[in-house]
Amino acid sequence: MSAQTDTAVSMRGVSKVFADGRIVALQDIDLDIRPGEFISLIGPSGCGKSTVLRIVGDLIQPTDGEVVVNGKSAHRARLDRDYGIVFQDAVLFDWRTVKKNVALPLEMVGWDRARRGDRVREMLELVELTGFEDRRPWQLSGGMQQRVAIARALSFSPALLLMDEPFGALDEMTRERLNLELLQIWERSRSTVIFVTHSIPEAVFLSTRVVVMSPRPGRVASLVDVDLPHPRTVETRENPRFFELVTTVRDDLRAAGEEGV
Amino acid sequence: MEAHVGEATAHRGRISLLPPLSAVEEAGQRALTFVAVLAGLVGLWEAYKWVWERFDISWPFEVNGRTLPHTYDIVGQLFEPAQRNGPLLISVLWDAARFTGKEAAAGFALGAMVGFTLGVALAQSKLLQRGFLPYVVGSQTIPILAIAPMVVVWLGAHGAEPWVSVAVISAYLTFFPVTINTLRGLLSTDPRALELMRSYAAGRWRTLWRLRVPTSLPYLFSALKIAAPASVVGAIIGELPSSIQDGLGGAIINFNQYYITSPESLWATNLVAALLGIGFFLVVVVAERIVVRRAPEHVA
Repeated sequence: MSAQTDTAVSMRGVSKVFADGRIVALQDIDLDIRPGEFISLIGPSGCGKSTVLRIVGDLIQPTDGEVVVNGKSAHRARLDRDYGIVFQDAVLFDWRTVKKNVALPLEMVGWDRARRGDRVREMLELVELTGFEDRRPWQLSGGMQQRVAIARALSFSPALLLMDEPFGALDEMTRERLNLELLQIWERSRSTVIFVTHSIPEAVFLSTRVVVMSPRPGRVASLVDVDLPHPRTVETRENPRFFELVTTVRDDLRAAGEEGV
Repeated sequence: MEAHVGEATAHRGRISLLPPLSAVEEAGQRALTFVAVLAGLVGLWEAYKWVWERFDISWPFEVNGRTLPHTYDIVGQLFEPAQRNGPLLISVLWDAARFTGKEAAAGFALGAMVGFTLGVALAQSKLLQRGFLPYVVGSQTIPILAIAPMVVVWLGAHGAEPWVSVAVISAYLTFFPVTINTLRGLLSTDPRALELMRSYAAGRWRTLWRLRVPTSLPYLFSALKIAAPASVVGAIIGELPSSIQDGLGGAIINFNQYYITSPESLWATNLVAALLGIGFFLVVVVAERIVVRRAPEHVA
């Protein structure tokens, strides 16, 4: 199919049923994501946002439907290490130093020590953690831990970055700073990002497109194009268009909720 | 450096209004605590003895020089000749402790390896666990004294030296806690860390060595701390049916026979056996400090 070359991720009629067929988590999801897009999935708790992410990452299998990642099956894409993933908690390995945590995927890919060292230095510079190479994860703040997790996910330059509420556990100020840093990293790496969040301003600020999901069973309620200029800065949050888009997403979420009831 | 100590203290969740202690001060305080507790225990022993003898209390047993010797007599006995014109008791017991220590160390190493391997094997499938765990547990319900003679006969038939049989008996006591805790540790891995390894297309083997085993280390060391003194007990008990005279088991049997005339000798032997067990325990504690690198809340 020729359409595959210009889509990073394509979902067709994807459904997921949990617990012996009693809980329908996702129903008939259709979604096409272009390379280089920053997509946010937003919706109420339990709407299956994380499930979408895990299906794209081949961490769980859909009950029904087709998922194509980088022109191949999600399974093949995982085996080819086409994506990096970041969770709500950093999930760093205590027994490894910061630099060895970042190097973990590089060990898996089979890079030699010298090449790993160079890349780790580069990545820690990118997330502004130079000087913390030999610290242990528990000696870092939550925000710093999450930056290590981002460096780890990007270290092997995956084409796709999956982020599951990565800043959900952080305070508002740290979250806003990391939002800016993430955008800078994204603009430099040109990778595709799928970002799960339940913060409306965060979704609007970061994304090129926001996918609004309905409560369980999760469906795509609407797609909101975010036409805010790039690069986004602190002033973006004061842009009237920013508020309009936040309102649009909020209205869509409300409409999707009422429809479900 | 000062700041680092303060940081570490805060991480353990202790809130102290006192200034942080330097490493030397902390070591000094520990030594002081140890001496104080030891002195307290000796004091309790002697006070009990004095009160029971003074008021002639015979419950739960009559107290005299035979049932409960003075602590200083027990320690003093170490520096008396074990037999007339023979070497000092402490030198006899030192040789015996080294002999038993060798058996226990070999038994501990063997038991830890077998225990860990079995734990890793059982962690591979629920079916294996369901099938084999009952027998693993069952193995520990058989008294060691019932198995020891068989081990000695079987291995003896292959020309193994008696101390090797004793090491195997000691390993039999060692492996069980190691298997159970290794299994528990391997299965306690954070599910998201498993997803992370899956996202790297890491296979079973890599996930085992890079994630599951490091996660299980604190559990493993808890087990080793139980297993280390147990291996000493296993070696001592193993010496009895093997009629080995050179170890602490032999010394215990021997001084049992002379308890009426010299109760201090048996007490002194028990003291040495306890010290050997504590020594084994401390070796594991030191190894844990070196090997386990986990957040303070994960380390027991």
